[in-house]
Amino acid sequence: MSDWPKARLHVVTGKGGTGKSTVAAALALALAGRGKNVLLCEVEGRQGIARMFDVDPLPFEERRLTSGLPDARGRAGTVHALHIDPESALLEYLALYYKLGRAGRALDRFGIIEFATTIAPGVRDVLLTGKIYEAVDRNARNKGATTYDAVVLDAPPTGRIVQFLNVSEQVAGLAKVGPIRSQADTMMGLFRSARTVVHLVTVLEEMPVQETGDGIAELTAADLPVGGVVTNLVRPQDLPAPALAAARSGSLDAAAVRADLDRAGLDVGDALVEDLLGLARDHADRRELEETQRVRVAGLERPTYELPRLTGGVDLGALHDLARSLREQGMA
Amino acid sequence: MSADRVPAPALDVDALIDDPATGIIVCCGAGGVGKTTTSAALALRAAERGRTVVVLTIDPARRLAQAMGIAELDNTPRPVEGVDPAAGGRLDAMMLDMKRTFDEVVESQASPEKARQILDNPFYQVLSSSFAGTQEYMAMEKLGQIHAAAQADDTYDLIVVDTPPSRSALDFLDAPERLSRFLDGRFIRLMLAPARGPARLMTAGLGIVTSALTRILGAQVLRDLQTFVAAIDTVFGGFRQRAQRTYALLQDERTAFLVVAAPEPDALREAAYFVERLGEDRMPFAGLVVNRASVAPAGDLSADEAAGAADRLQRSGAGVDDHAPTAGLLRLHADQVRLVERETRLRSGFAASHPHVATTVVAALAGDVHDLDGLRRVGDLLAE
Ligand SMILES: Nc1ncnc2c1ncn2[C@@H]1O[C@H](COP(=O)(O)OP(=O)(O)OP(=O)(O)O)[C@@H](O)[C@H]1O
Ligand SMILES: Nc1ncnc2c1ncn2[C@@H]1O[C@H](COP(=O)(O)OP(=O)(O)OP(=O)(O)O)[C@@H](O)[C@H]1O
Ligand SMILES: [Mg+2]
Ligand SMILES: [Mg+2]
Repeated sequence: MSDWPKARLHVVTGKGGTGKSTVAAALALALAGRGKNVLLCEVEGRQGIARMFDVDPLPFEERRLTSGLPDARGRAGTVHALHIDPESALLEYLALYYKLGRAGRALDRFGIIEFATTIAPGVRDVLLTGKIYEAVDRNARNKGATTYDAVVLDAPPTGRIVQFLNVSEQVAGLAKVGPIRSQADTMMGLFRSARTVVHLVTVLEEMPVQETGDGIAELTAADLPVGGVVTNLVRPQDLPAPALAAARSGSLDAAAVRADLDRAGLDVGDALVEDLLGLARDHADRRELEETQRVRVAGLERPTYELPRLTGGVDLGALHDLARSLREQGMA
Repeated sequence: MSADRVPAPALDVDALIDDPATGIIVCCGAGGVGKTTTSAALALRAAERGRTVVVLTIDPARRLAQAMGIAELDNTPRPVEGVDPAAGGRLDAMMLDMKRTFDEVVESQASPEKARQILDNPFYQVLSSSFAGTQEYMAMEKLGQIHAAAQADDTYDLIVVDTPPSRSALDFLDAPERLSRFLDGRFIRLMLAPARGPARLMTAGLGIVTSALTRILGAQVLRDLQTFVAAIDTVFGGFRQRAQRTYALLQDERTAFLVVAAPEPDALREAAYFVERLGEDRMPFAGLVVNRASVAPAGDLSADEAAGAADRLQRSGAGVDDHAPTAGLLRLHADQVRLVERETRLRSGFAASHPHVATTVVAALAGDVHDLDGLRRVGDLLAE
C-alpha cells in the first residue's frame, strides 16, 4: 500500500544535482502500475526526460514515453511525458481563455510573449503551474485529452519551490479580477490539498540536508503539503556498524583478513591487505559523516526512502531498479 | 583496462598560479561539481606561495564560509585568518551578494529619489533577484569592480573567481548577452519610443497591445511596467558598456579559465560544451579539473574476482567477523574498482574528443572540505 494514497500530483524538488530528475522518473515508473496512467512533467527547459529515456527532445505536447514498472504478474501501466515551456504555455493560455485575434499575434510580434515570460513578476511560474494544474484536473475545456491517475513533476530546486507553487502570492500584484486571478486561487486549492505532495530529494551531505530542512520549513510555513524525503546516492552498506568502528579506530585484524583472503583462494600480497584496510578506513569516515546526516534527515520527521548509488550510472534498466525500490519502500 | 585509456596532458596548476602574468582565474562548471571549493583552494595555495590574492566566492557552504571569515555578507573582501604568510603573500575573501551588487549599481547611476523608485519597482525586483543570468552578470560586475580597484591601488595581483551554481557553465558567458538582449528587446524599445522621439513610432499596434495587457494584467501592473521601462534607459545604458568591458577583461591573456567537472556524464558533457565555447569566444582556457574522482585501489584484483571471493567467503560463513569483515571489504573493493573503471572510461572519452585539454584530477576526500586544512589538501591534489 502506498504512503500517499490520495496524491494525484507528486512534486519532486531538492538541491541541484541531488537526483531530482532521476527520482521523478523512477517515481513515475513506480506509480504506473497495472491500469495506471502517469504523466511525467519537466519545466526547466533541460530535456532531462528525453536524455534519461533516450528519446528525441520532447515538444510541448504529451507523448507516450514507456510502460511503467510491471507488478509481480508482469502487468504495467503507461508513462507519458510533457515538456512545459512558458512561451508555449502562454500562447496556449491566450488561445484558450482570450479570443485575442489580432492582438494575440501582436503580442508575439512586439516581443511581449518573451517579456511576459521572463520578467513580468510571477507570470512565468503561473503559466508553468497552470499547465500542470490543467493536466491534473482535466476538465471539459480539454475534451478528448488523456486523463492521468497521477502527475509527477520534476520541479525547480528547493530554493525556488515555494515561490513556484505559491501562485496566489505571485499574482497578488496582478489584476484583482479576471481569469488569471481566479485561476491562481483554484490552483492554490489543489496545491494545498491532500491531492498534492512535495517530496524532497537529498544526499547525505551537509549542504543538501540543510537545504532540505530549510525547504520543509518554508513549505510548511506556506501551507504547502510536504511529502517524503528521498535520500539518494547512498553508499554501499556492506560493513555493519561494529566493523566500521573497528576500521575507524584502526583495530581491524590484518592477519585474520589475510587468512580469509587465502581461504577464498585469492593470491594475497601485503599490498592487497593494506589496500583493503585503507579502503575500509576511508569508507568508515565517509559513512560516519553520512550517519550524522542520516540522523538529521530522520529528525525531519517525514517518511524517508533511500536509493543506492548505482555504480554503473543511470540507464533505463537502472531507472526500473530504482522504481522497484521506491515501490517496495511504499513511496508508490 | 589500461589499453583503451587515452591520457590527457597534465595541467600544471603551480605554474599557472605562480606565473605573475596570471591576473584572473575563473572557475566554471555545472552545479555542485566543486567550483567554490576549487576556487578557494587555488586562492589559498597561491597566497601561501607568495601572491596577493582575493577570492570572490558565491554561496559557499556555511562552515567553509565561517572558516574563511566571510560568513557575513557585506560585499567587500576581508582578510582570511590563518593563511601562512611565510612566502610573502596574503588572501582576502568575499562572498557575492547579488542583489546588493545590483542595487549598488542602480544607486551609483541615478539620483537618490530615482534610485528609490527603481528599487521599489516590482519588475526591478524580479530582474535583480530571479532573472536568469543576473547572478552571473553580477559576478562579472563585481569582478570588474575589484579588478579596477586592484589596478588603481595595487591591492591584489591575483583575483580568483567562483561562478554561480547555474545548471550550465555556459550561463556564465551567456548572461551579459541575455541581459542586454532583454534590455534591448523589441518590447522595451517600443515602450520607450514615445519618450524618445517621433510619435509616429507609436503605432496603432501598441494601442491594441496595451489594452490587451490591461485586460490580462490590470492597470497597476502596466503603470509599474512603464516606470520600470522609463528607468531602464537612464540606469541601464551604462550596463551594456560595463558588460562589454568585463567581457574584454575575460578575453585578456592575463585571464585563465578553469573548467571544473565531476567524473560523470552530465558534468563532462557540460565541460565539453564549455571548452568549445571558450574557444569560439576566444577566451583563454587553461584546463580541466576533474574533481571528486574515485581513487583506484592498488594491486590488480579485479571487481569480478573480488565479488566472487566475497560470495565464496560468505557462503562458507567466513569473512564476517567485526574485526575481519573480509567479505564486506572485498565488496567495497569491487564497487570501488567498478567506479574507477567507469570514471576512467568517461574521462578517456573526454580526452579522446578534446586531446589538447590539460587536465588535473582531484581525488574525492573522505570528508567534506570545510576548513583551511581541507583546502590545502585539495590544493595539494590540484597541483599533484
Ligand atoms: N542513484 C543514483 N546512482 C547513480 N547515479 C545517480 C543516481 N541518481 C542520480 N544519479 C546521477 O547523478 C546525476 C544527477 O542526477 P539528476 O540529473 O537526476 O539530478 P538533478 O537533481 O535533477 O540535477 P539538476 O539540479 O541539474 O536538475 C546524473 O548524472 C544521474 O545519472
Ligand atoms: N575533492 C573533494 N573531496 C571531497 N569533497 C569535496 C571535494 N570537492 C568538493 N567537495 C564537497 O562537495 C560539496 C560541493 O562542493 P562545492 O560547494 O565546491 O561545489 P560547487 O560547484 O561550488 O556547487 P554549487 O554549484 O552548488 O555552487 C561541498 O560539500 C564540498 O565540501
Ligand atoms: Mg534535473
Ligand atoms: Mg558554489
